[in-house]
Amino acid sequence: MSWIVVGWTPDEFGQVAVEHATAEAALDGSGVILVNASKGDKLVDLRFASGDQLEEVRRTLAAALPGGDDVVQVRQVVAQDVAEAVLAVAAEVDATLIVLGIRRRTPVGKLLMGSVAQRVILDAECPVLAVKPGTRPRYAH
Amino acid sequence: MGDLDLLWGGLQAAVTPENLMYAAIGVLLGTFVGVLPGIGPAMAVALLLPVTFGLEPTSAFIMFAGIYYGGMYGGSTTSILLNTPGESASVMTALEGNKMAKAGRAAQALATAAIGSFIAGTIGTLLVALFAPMLADVAVDIGAPSYVAIIVLALVMTSTVLGSSRLRGLVALFLGLSIGLVGLDLNTGQPRLSFGVPQLVDRLDIVVVAVGIFALGEAMWVAAHLRRNPLQIIPVGRPWMGREDWRRSWKPWLRGTAVGFPFGAIPAGGAEIPTFLSYVTERKLARDQGEFGKGAIEGVAGPEAANNASAAGMFVPLLALGVPVTATASVMLAALEGYGIQPGPQLMTEQSDLVWTLLASLLIGNTLLLVLNLPLAPLWAKLLQIPRPQLYAGILFFACLGAYSVNLDPFDIALLLAFGLLGLAMRRFGLPVLPLILGVILGPILETKLREALAISDGAYSSLLGEPLAVVVYVILALALVLRLVLARVRPAGFEPDDIDVRDEEKVNR
Repeated sequence: MSWIVVGWTPDEFGQVAVEHATAEAALDGSGVILVNASKGDKLVDLRFASGDQLEEVRRTLAAALPGGDDVVQVRQVVAQDVAEAVLAVAAEVDATLIVLGIRRRTPVGKLLMGSVAQRVILDAECPVLAVKPGTRPRYAH
Repeated sequence: MGDLDLLWGGLQAAVTPENLMYAAIGVLLGTFVGVLPGIGPAMAVALLLPVTFGLEPTSAFIMFAGIYYGGMYGGSTTSILLNTPGESASVMTALEGNKMAKAGRAAQALATAAIGSFIAGTIGTLLVALFAPMLADVAVDIGAPSYVAIIVLALVMTSTVLGSSRLRGLVALFLGLSIGLVGLDLNTGQPRLSFGVPQLVDRLDIVVVAVGIFALGEAMWVAAHLRRNPLQIIPVGRPWMGREDWRRSWKPWLRGTAVGFPFGAIPAGGAEIPTFLSYVTERKLARDQGEFGKGAIEGVAGPEAANNASAAGMFVPLLALGVPVTATASVMLAALEGYGIQPGPQLMTEQSDLVWTLLASLLIGNTLLLVLNLPLAPLWAKLLQIPRPQLYAGILFFACLGAYSVNLDPFDIALLLAFGLLGLAMRRFGLPVLPLILGVILGPILETKLREALAISDGAYSSLLGEPLAVVVYVILALALVLRLVLARVRPAGFEPDDIDVRDEEKVNR
């Protein structure tokens, strides 16, 4: 079975990534793995989902996919490098696609904070689909 | 009522634009460090010490007072929204406050904490203005033996009565006393514990010790535990209270103030006991006892008021006797000495301008806190999202800058590192910081007074019991030690809730 890995956060970027991943998965019956990662260096990280949020997105996703619960996984990771955490999961399941919600970064912001999306795109072994909030999947499902 | 006139005069002196600015900076900075667990007002004041030596003493103290009150208030935000009380004084607030927040009443919990802090702080400051001069009047006549007794009381109480472990408290105390010994013996002129290093003969600078223990130690501790699962924060809007909340809050506020102030004012204060007492009282008096443990507003209002009232009470021994009872107060005492001002009973008369302006600015700072914190609460909650590496890099920068600027000697940076490692080790082994810092600061004062007493009596130790006050103080000390043993029995086992994450070393780190 082939897997699509989604770098997921509980916000609009995670939301749009899930929409695109659902459409892609519906095409060939792939499974979807959501990876919610945090560096764990903040006391409060709003992109680190709560248990309720994880359960909610897992249920929505399972309802949208023909395979149901069996083809949906949600993983939460605290890792030094968020990009590497996503790539590690992709390598582990031999993912066929990685979907990322991307945000705009100013050059200075990129210098200070780095860009997770850029490193995933450059280092991934499979195609990466980078999506922005407000875009629609190619195939309606 | 001459004191009220003096307070009024202080108020006029404090309401200059410049002093108002320092008060505002102080409360903002204080809330900032109070909100972030692990950094407290003691660290903030220590970091600012070198900076403020360029300022007027009055301005510096206005800022310190703002930091102190702000830090007290900021702690409640973290307790309520995150369930991680930054210091022992906020544990009781977290107990009911977090439950309220989880039930969707975070705004009311924050509001009752803020308004309760304001009321308790204001009443407390007025009580300081009332009691400190009276105490100072009496204290001027106190002889050296009684002074020795009072300092011993403060040291023993903070290391054995507060905190979880007597052994750890005493270890920290003796570490502090040893550090306080380093340098020239003032009576004989002989170097002690200097290991042949010329810089050590000149006594350790308190800035280096305090910054090393508080700032560097904490930064290294955090660096060793950098990655943790992020906590879930409860989102909050602007705090407000309904009519019912007001009706239920005002009595706990006043009762909390009444409980908190005396505990802050006696040497060996600390807000742990009064907040606990206030919580228990409110639970007993509550009409609907079942609500306690599920988010009763009385359980936030009472302890939070007790917390701030005891914070105000601390100024009584500090101003009237020159005896600090909290870590922040001891750093403030070091600041006084840095300005060449002799702390003690004569402070109230010799530096009356400074004292009254300080008290007046406490009132102003308290009001500023209320005005700033009610609308800014959502912003303060955002501070918790600062990445730790950036935050502590900033702290380390200021720590090194401060330590270096004291003497412009690279040796101080090495000392800073040594004390930072000591601070790290203390956190690792759960040693409380307060007894150590009190030992460093009160140790030399204790020694001076002890030698003075012995010199007068020609070396007869019996003279230490020669004053009635000294005997009374020792009796109080003995009673307190017995009471502590009794309390340990009476306090129901397992009362300390498991789900509250208080790091041991922060328990008395105020």
